[in-house]
Amino acid sequence: MSSRAEEHAVPLRVYVVVWLGLLVLTGATVACAQVDMGVLGTPIALAIAGLKGALVVLYFMHVRWSGALVWVFAGAGLVWLVILIGFTLSDYLTRDWVPVYG
Amino acid sequence: MSETGGPLAHQFADLAQQREASTLGMWTFLVTEVMFFGGLFAGYAVYRHAFPAEFMAGSRTLDVLLGSVNTVVLICSSLTVVLAVHCAQLGQTRAVNAWIVATMVLGAAFLAIKLVEYGHKWHENLVPGPGFLFEGANETPARLFFGFYFVMTGMHAVHMVVGIGLWAWVLARSMRGLVTPEHHSHVEIVGLYWHFVDIVWIFLFPLLYLLGAHE
Repeated sequence: MSSRAEEHAVPLRVYVVVWLGLLVLTGATVACAQVDMGVLGTPIALAIAGLKGALVVLYFMHVRWSGALVWVFAGAGLVWLVILIGFTLSDYLTRDWVPVYG
Repeated sequence: MSETGGPLAHQFADLAQQREASTLGMWTFLVTEVMFFGGLFAGYAVYRHAFPAEFMAGSRTLDVLLGSVNTVVLICSSLTVVLAVHCAQLGQTRAVNAWIVATMVLGAAFLAIKLVEYGHKWHENLVPGPGFLFEGANETPARLFFGFYFVMTGMHAVHMVVGIGLWAWVLARSMRGLVTPEHHSHVEIVGLYWHFVDIVWIFLFPLLYLLGAHE
């Protein structure tokens, strides 16, 4: 069990394409913010940010070419973050679902 | 990390294993950082849900142009980082040094812009404290927004300062000839840290700056 992936030089054009993609997505998030999308506004902003983050993690941080252990460690961070935010919001977002008597 | 007997420390079987350990070590630290910033984001989510109008009003006082420029600056700095790693793999020390300096300059530019923004907020009486004054919305929830703004971007800025310091250290090592194709872990793992700090901003920017931009 090892993540000793052979270190290979990633072609420069991959980095440039990812960089351009990040810039385009930045423009997209600013553009989307100019339009009132009601309740969809935040999910869309988070989706764009998530996509940008994924590009940085997979390509700039090399996870795409890394061994299984790196995927486990990086994935663990994501799992615990989802638990933190998910369970916190599952409480607060459902506070008015059940009436409190008395 | 013994440098007297070469780059391989005695507890590792070979450089590949040492590199793997360095990488996993930095990822472990980054996971703790994810939980650190995650707690701030969770708190922000709860209070934004509780006070949507005040948070939107607070967000509208932030400068979207400066925030966007800073986002672009950090994205470019992540590119200069991967270019530094790429050149380290190829043994091009002068290029490595140049890309590290470029990264530090971009990081400093980000901090300078943030300083300008903080200055604006100070003059607009929007820094939580005795001088805080917010018109047009309930003051206490609005103060909460600015509390989150300053703590989240402030902690992010602290991480940027540490990152720039780390790059200075890596640059010094590189200038001493310690960055080689066989051993350039320092560049890689400081790079991982820097990319993480970039990702935090990628989420901070839309959540703090773009809430009320459409109104």
